[in-house]
Amino acid sequence: MDLHFLDASPSAEERAAVDGLLGAPETGWEGGERTASDWHLAEGGHESRSRRHRLLPALHAVNDRLGWISQGALNYICQRLTVPPAEAYGVASFYALFSFKPTPKRVVHVCTDIVCKAAGSDAVRAGLSKGLGPEGAGSGKVTWHESPCLGLCERAPAALVIEAGDPQRQQVVAPVTARSILDAADMPIQELASEPPVAAAVPQAGDPQLKLLRRVGVGDPTSLADYRSRGGYQALRQAVRLGPAGVIREVLDSKLVGRGGAAFPTGRKWDAVARQPVQTRYVVCNADESEPGTFKDRVIMEGDPFSLIEAMTIAGYATGCRQGFVYLRGEYPRALARLQNAIDQAREHGLLGPDVMRFGFGFDIEIRRGAGAYICGEETAIFGSIEGFRGEPRTKPPFPVEKGLFGKPTLVNNVETLVNVLPILTEGGPAFASVGTGTSTGTKLFCLSGAVQRPGIYELPFGATLRDLIELAGTFEDRPLRAVLLGGAAGSFVRADELDIPLTFEGTREAGSTLGSGVVVAIDDLTDLGAMLVRIAGFFRDESCGQCVPCRVGTVRQEEALTRITAGRPKGSLKQDVLLLREVGQAMRDASICGLGQTAWNAVESAIDRLGVFEEAKSS
Amino acid sequence: MTAVQLGLPTRLVDITVDGETVRVPEGSTILDACTAEGKSIPTLCYGDTLTPVNACRVCMVEVEGSRTLVPSCSRKVESGMVIRTDSERATHSRKLVLELLGSSVDLSTTPKIAGWIAEYGAKPERFGEPAQPASEGELDARRAGHHHSTDGSFAATMHQPPKIDNDLYVRDLGKCILCYKCVDACGTQWQNSFAIAVAGRGFDARISTEFSVPLTDSACVYCGNCVEVCPTGALTPKLEHDLRAEGRLDESKQTQTTTICSYCGVGCSLTLHVQDNQIFKVTSPHDSSVTHGNLCIKGRFGFQHVQNFAPNDQAKSPAD
Repeated sequence: MDLHFLDASPSAEERAAVDGLLGAPETGWEGGERTASDWHLAEGGHESRSRRHRLLPALHAVNDRLGWISQGALNYICQRLTVPPAEAYGVASFYALFSFKPTPKRVVHVCTDIVCKAAGSDAVRAGLSKGLGPEGAGSGKVTWHESPCLGLCERAPAALVIEAGDPQRQQVVAPVTARSILDAADMPIQELASEPPVAAAVPQAGDPQLKLLRRVGVGDPTSLADYRSRGGYQALRQAVRLGPAGVIREVLDSKLVGRGGAAFPTGRKWDAVARQPVQTRYVVCNADESEPGTFKDRVIMEGDPFSLIEAMTIAGYATGCRQGFVYLRGEYPRALARLQNAIDQAREHGLLGPDVMRFGFGFDIEIRRGAGAYICGEETAIFGSIEGFRGEPRTKPPFPVEKGLFGKPTLVNNVETLVNVLPILTEGGPAFASVGTGTSTGTKLFCLSGAVQRPGIYELPFGATLRDLIELAGTFEDRPLRAVLLGGAAGSFVRADELDIPLTFEGTREAGSTLGSGVVVAIDDLTDLGAMLVRIAGFFRDESCGQCVPCRVGTVRQEEALTRITAGRPKGSLKQDVLLLREVGQAMRDASICGLGQTAWNAVESAIDRLGVFEEAKSS
Repeated sequence: MTAVQLGLPTRLVDITVDGETVRVPEGSTILDACTAEGKSIPTLCYGDTLTPVNACRVCMVEVEGSRTLVPSCSRKVESGMVIRTDSERATHSRKLVLELLGSSVDLSTTPKIAGWIAEYGAKPERFGEPAQPASEGELDARRAGHHHSTDGSFAATMHQPPKIDNDLYVRDLGKCILCYKCVDACGTQWQNSFAIAVAGRGFDARISTEFSVPLTDSACVYCGNCVEVCPTGALTPKLEHDLRAEGRLDESKQTQTTTICSYCGVGCSLTLHVQDNQIFKVTSPHDSSVTHGNLCIKGRFGFQHVQNFAPNDQAKSPAD
């Protein structure tokens, strides 16, 4: 590849950041010192182009260290990885966590999404704006940005503070106040706040009935020995006893379906990957949990990281994959640390590597950090992101089981889906299927937040009703429940008198709603529903990848119309503007490439039709 | 048409298009099959010399059993497929896509679009008055995942001043529908120069060089193959842009002459677009087996020498 670079050089620090990840450059062609031997050597071809998948980690390395990515730094990354600078810029500018101009070392990302907004993030915003200047102000030691959901909904309002340096540090502050950020501007970042133990997010912690959460808050999530003493790696032993086909049979018998939102039968996916004629295959764990209101995967990864490693190893064994990737969202510092620790320990003890537990198969896992893009949790966009391209969803067919990561057959499963495999193997598929209803089997994690007394992650067998769940968490007597948002921003609202909806895939579907990723946001009469709808619309506008017209422009027009309507200034009449919303919504649902655009209008539609937010325009 | 390798005879499959059963070659796209049946399906991001990206979503059709509509430009026919090109859902989507595009970018130089807007009854103006055009570089500086909310009384647009940073072609991104064709032509599909890519995200996604530097600092080799495939006139040769800006572009005075490029031995076919005895644009036929519509800087822009005659010769044509 004959690449053209800008006339800009990396600073010593930028060079060190990249070399820290990739090692020192071997030749002058890669941006190292040019030596006489370089004149007799040309680099290029497949070998050098095959390094592209390290683009996102390299961008992280620079942004982590310096807080921004300069022209010189991008040039150097491109030289090292043989990536055209225009394409690398296209990739880097796709992510919200990267900056392209000098930025204060400390950046405070304030969650302004639905749950945090209802919990008072507007005040945090206003306070920071007053103390630090407008969003993104470039001078001083600290700056701030608005952020979509940070997955800390049980402790809303939340903020994530990132401080560039070597090493880069991150600190979650939740609940946050503007004062706590401003007063600590000169203090080391670790002293901003202390994070409560994971168990604080699991009100049921320690309950012997729990399956998926049984170790969360009970064991030591940083110790492999502790994990093994609590039944860890028994499922993998059982898997090897059964053989790959036996594992897939158990998963099929369990009737497990995906927990990420689409509810596709997991066993069928595994079976399809296992049957592919191509030998190189991958397991990708989708841990890019970013649906507003969702934080279940974070709790699993922070509270029981080894279970995910074991489950991925089983998936690799059953489907014949040797390499797994965990695509973890960039805003989960504790999950990253715990997961990396778990992988390191597992590798050290031969539970990952060329011969897992001496069972004669190889499997290893690499974590890839996202950089602030909800869309990368789409099952095909995740491939682009890992490969070093923009995280744009691909057209299906071909489906991932046939052509996925690097064009090879790929198994993509959500964190929660994967950890379900452990009880399936230890209990057996049919026993697993005996819990729940006929079509929704096993237990489900629910992310409860909003106007409840004990927000957090709850595990309930399928079949429980919304009322059961909300009663577990407890409502406030003086704050009557007005509505519940089920399934997150891509889900839908239900009324307070519809709490008897069974929380199953089929039950919510029959009720015209969705279980989605298990989000349950309780909304009381104090919450400004109109503002919530505008925020949801703004979320989709920000997170659209921009590839297809219905979603790219439709999400903008949806936000504009909702802003007009909630401000009491609809264009023409209210009825007219609601009709406009419906028409745009229908086109987004019918014609968008991926699930983001297809669901961008769901919550708004349900608010209009079920809650009657714009009463006079109801079912117009 | 592009020359194709003759392989084994293609099997024919039965599909239903708007209620009629037809037999079409296996492996053809729905668009090919429907066009062969005389259906007219609008396309924007589809390029006859490029791999479909199905981004514009104007060619959507309804396929029985599919939850969403499907892009006809890329989806291949399957035996027994039941396709509706004119269902209410399909026409609704097309209308909305035209409205959404028309309300956000300048479609005044997009061929055929006025006809489709009339045909589908699209009213781009119903989203409100367009917002003020952005200042130079404003849209390039937007950060992914952040936007400043407005009060909704104006419709956000991509309107911005054209980028004129070289003498050969102009990038008027206020007309860009983000069809990805220029990026694909510049990248692995044809030129392998990689001067431009899609940057940013969502509504702020844009075609850009690295750090939005001028083309003259980029990897651009001025082959103009991006201009060749641009469906909206967002990329226009400088001469054509200037004529249009001066209001002198007049289709009734234009002629097209097909010839062979005389620069090297490859023998690329050229189509010279001439007005007032002056070449203002050079294209190449997309069905040419030599070029597939692509040229190099010399063929595309190096035509000045054929019209460099002394002022008193101007009345005569060069052939005299």
